[in-house]
Amino acid sequence: MPLNAKIPSGPIEQKWDRHRFDLKLVNPANKRKFDIIMVGTGLAGGSAAATLAELGYNVKAFCFQDSPRRAHSIAAQGGINAAKNYQNDGDSIYRLFYDTVKGGDYRSREANVHRLAQVSVNIIDQCAAQGVPFAREYGGTLDNRSFGGAQVSRTFYARGQTGQQLLLGAYQALERQIGAGKVTMYPRTEMLDVVLIDGRARGIVTRDLITGEVSSHAADAVVLATGGYSNVFFLSTNAKNCNVTAIWRAHRRGAHFANPCFTQIHPTCIPVSGDYQSKLTLMSESLRNDGRIWVPKTKGDERPANQIPEAERDYYLERKYPSFGNLVPRDVASRNAKEVCDEGQGVGPSGLGVYLDFAEAIGRLGKEAISERYGNLFEMYEKITGEDPYEVPMRIYPALHYTMGGLWVDYNLMTSVEGLYAIGEANFSDHGANRLGASALMQGLADGYFVLPYTIGDYLSKHMDEKVTTDHPAFAATEAEVRDRTEKLLAIDGSRTVDSFHRELGKLMWDHCGMNRNDAGLRLALEKISALEEEFWRDVKVVGSSDTVNQSLEKAGRVADFFELAKLMCYDALERTESCGGHFREESQTPEGEALRNDEDFSYVSAWGYNPDGAPQLTKEDLEFEYVKLTQRSYK
Amino acid sequence: MKWIFELYRSPIAKKAVMALTGVILFGFVLSHMAGNLKVFQGPEKINAYAEGLRELGKPILGHGELLWILRVGLLAAVGLHMLSAWQLTKLNRKARPISYAKRTPQAATYASRTMRYGGVIILFFIVYHLLHLTVGNVHVDFKHGDVYHNLVTAFQNPLIAGFYILAVTSLGFHLYHGLWSLFQSLGWSGPRFNAFRRQFAIAFAAIVTVGFVSVPLAILSGFIGH
Amino acid sequence: MKLTLNVWRQAGPDAEGRMQRYEAPDVSPEMSFLEMLDVVNQRLEENGEEPIVFDHDCREGICGACSLMIDGVAHGPQAATTACQLHMRHFKDGDEITIEPWRAAAFPVLKDLMVDRSAFDRIIQSGGYISINTGSAPDANEVLVPKVDADQAFEAAACIGCGACVAQCPNGAAQLFTSAKVSHLGLVPQGQPERDQRVVSMVAQMEAEAFGSCTNHRECEAVCPKEISIDFIARMNRDYLKARIMSRAK
Repeated sequence: MPLNAKIPSGPIEQKWDRHRFDLKLVNPANKRKFDIIMVGTGLAGGSAAATLAELGYNVKAFCFQDSPRRAHSIAAQGGINAAKNYQNDGDSIYRLFYDTVKGGDYRSREANVHRLAQVSVNIIDQCAAQGVPFAREYGGTLDNRSFGGAQVSRTFYARGQTGQQLLLGAYQALERQIGAGKVTMYPRTEMLDVVLIDGRARGIVTRDLITGEVSSHAADAVVLATGGYSNVFFLSTNAKNCNVTAIWRAHRRGAHFANPCFTQIHPTCIPVSGDYQSKLTLMSESLRNDGRIWVPKTKGDERPANQIPEAERDYYLERKYPSFGNLVPRDVASRNAKEVCDEGQGVGPSGLGVYLDFAEAIGRLGKEAISERYGNLFEMYEKITGEDPYEVPMRIYPALHYTMGGLWVDYNLMTSVEGLYAIGEANFSDHGANRLGASALMQGLADGYFVLPYTIGDYLSKHMDEKVTTDHPAFAATEAEVRDRTEKLLAIDGSRTVDSFHRELGKLMWDHCGMNRNDAGLRLALEKISALEEEFWRDVKVVGSSDTVNQSLEKAGRVADFFELAKLMCYDALERTESCGGHFREESQTPEGEALRNDEDFSYVSAWGYNPDGAPQLTKEDLEFEYVKLTQRSYK
Repeated sequence: MKWIFELYRSPIAKKAVMALTGVILFGFVLSHMAGNLKVFQGPEKINAYAEGLRELGKPILGHGELLWILRVGLLAAVGLHMLSAWQLTKLNRKARPISYAKRTPQAATYASRTMRYGGVIILFFIVYHLLHLTVGNVHVDFKHGDVYHNLVTAFQNPLIAGFYILAVTSLGFHLYHGLWSLFQSLGWSGPRFNAFRRQFAIAFAAIVTVGFVSVPLAILSGFIGH
Repeated sequence: MKLTLNVWRQAGPDAEGRMQRYEAPDVSPEMSFLEMLDVVNQRLEENGEEPIVFDHDCREGICGACSLMIDGVAHGPQAATTACQLHMRHFKDGDEITIEPWRAAAFPVLKDLMVDRSAFDRIIQSGGYISINTGSAPDANEVLVPKVDADQAFEAAACIGCGACVAQCPNGAAQLFTSAKVSHLGLVPQGQPERDQRVVSMVAQMEAEAFGSCTNHRECEAVCPKEISIDFIARMNRDYLKARIMSRAK
């Protein structure tokens, strides 16, 4: 089945405006006749739920957290991009568009990205009006900083807690609508399946995480805003409960999954300290502005960092990339860190770490200046590691951070299932093979505030008076499947805990489908994952019952889906024999060891269809670049 | 006036009432303490001062009239202070029906934690104090109008002096927290002002306590006598 | 390290709870407090016992999910730190640690150490926002915000809604939480049109939930992982009294 991205015609600057005009509208008096289900209430889901309710739709919103304010968007530190050009430094919508397509290593849709850049300016207006306490200049105007290697200062920020402040803005807008009765909020409720009737998404089946009750909810459209799937690696910077279940269940019901292997690794995370490690903590990559990255030249050098003389240190990024030095993009910095560690030069108890040294910067700028810039990050580092980065170099290591892949959506953000939408990190749409810093918040809010509320109306307007209720047999059937699966997990009563399986799966993925991938490794991973999955369904031990809070049961369901996703990621990585963005195939590199794209053969989106009986089915959506010139990245 | 009663339903308003009545009561103890110090100037001065209090408000008001008005006002302040405290305590107890097996205070001071108990001690003390030195019916040798005599004969008994000192010290603790707390409750805060609030509370709690304690101590030590 | 834990176990909202002792024999000082609990839970599960339920999510001190009373202190002994960021190096070998849920009438226990904090959401619903529909915002730089006000608003807005303030307060009061939002929005020009009504509505909701009242112990401020100042409480009291006495807000 070919996928139609429904990209509007016309010059790129006019596509979105024209499209908005072409979209059918729902009469204001009719909006209250439509029910929309929103799953996930982070930046994308929260903003979309609030906006749809403001427009007059009835929204039912679901999240597994105890409050929408805790969605993982809250953890984003750096900032949010917008082409405001407030700094008068030559920024424009076109430049943000260009940078984002290029940053995505030419694997995203031009039309989507241009729209993203267009609405970025509205986002800042909206958030400022909500009272988001952005950083300000003394004159009262908004402050900007340059972020993630951008050559203009277009990043708006609220100290190191931009995600938190933006999320609270969306959360407050959402709570306002809950108070007004336009949104019914279901916290501590997990979506476990989508219900399709005549090929259209007409509702979901959920489990109440407190009472264990499985119930159905019907609607005219279903929106998934459930974030990314980095937790397939067990250790990632994502919150512990982030999972793929919602979008995976949708995938199993027919929604295509696009570019699953496009994952982003963040170079500046605190290294793993032991087997008990439950998650990884990211530190803002702004640290690389002043910190120098190095490892000892001698393998297995066990001296404390401060006793290693200058001549015996390898500042490998400065050495290999003289013009960008420590500021090379995320993927390059990450891969190089892995390389030196693989060669035995890694530092710290596990040998999986490199130094990020501020001694030179402190000497040059003084401790006070460094503390002003990074004080909170230094404190956080000290809290976690017990080491004082003013005295000894930080140790950092790359970690999984963001997934560019997700459910395939068309220009309207509708998945390949009619009436089922995916927004935010849950879709694949805007970042191509690599996401630029400060762009995740932008995309989440763009989808939620300014794109979906328009495009969903077009769909709804075509389906007036087609109500279904949860009495429809499809709901009962789906509920039964959900209950069966839950009971099946509880009935296995094997010997291994869910976490032990998850950890092992994560390790497999990190080793074979992480920073570096190759044919043999991916094939091996596929075999091992299948074997582990089989063992899981035979030997997992889930204690407790299904009619109460049961966190092991919640995890078990999620891990079961991660197994299936992991295989799809390997298939995708195997199929894409080029390197691009966050996807590095060892077979495809330049003589200098850099990622080598193959535009001739791989300028497409890999949209995978679910196949219960075997290998997934690939549909290719060709990417056309009319405006952005394809070039090979070079940071030498 | 209905709005005032509606407003009073709010715990924030109750705290404001506590703060405002607290200010009145603080004004009273401060001037009471200052008056007490007249005892150091000898019997004539303090007795004349006591008599002078009754003359307050003349010639518009008659003998003792203003004093009675003030007494009624004070009584109302005490009543409201207690009523709010009692109502808030009830509310606060209800807010934590199950207590912790282990609780480690982090910032609360001895003074802040003993406000309720201090308040009750002060209440009993006031009753005794009025019977003792105003009405005189629990005094061994009460002479109406001779304040000096009444004080000296009372505080020569170490037990009575000790009890006074104890009660006044607990008043000091009550003031130490209350005088700071009232700024918080009335919303009187600011970056420069906040250091002053604490100093103000320490200073006046100390002044009031030392001032009050000085009288029984002076009598007990024989510095003041017949 | 070898530790002994006294943990509150309660099967459900209406069930009787009790303290239960657990041994944690191989705790590494590098573990976070929650990772220590993970290890205890792992062992419980292996023995077929139900693991200890506790709320947690981001584990980097920003989502506000974790909510443990550790040895009588909300979030444990390290200042300005959530339980998830507390590391075991702050404890000694042989320590006995008491772990309880937040205790407040407004935060009923759901299971073990997990409580229901939806009262906080209802306080926000009652007015903790600026009423601006998507699309109706002016250009962001059209409304200037003095930097000092923006900075102060940020400090109030840093609240993560964890509820430690309520848990630690001897009165189970939610003044710090409520005042942080009242102050955040009251400090920026965008929040002025609704300022009076907001504080009146939010305080009314706070009082309608089963929270206690503030008696200025400063316990909340001491345990707040984001170090939110009680100055905001004073500010809320001022705004509230002013709005109730001087304005038409009701």
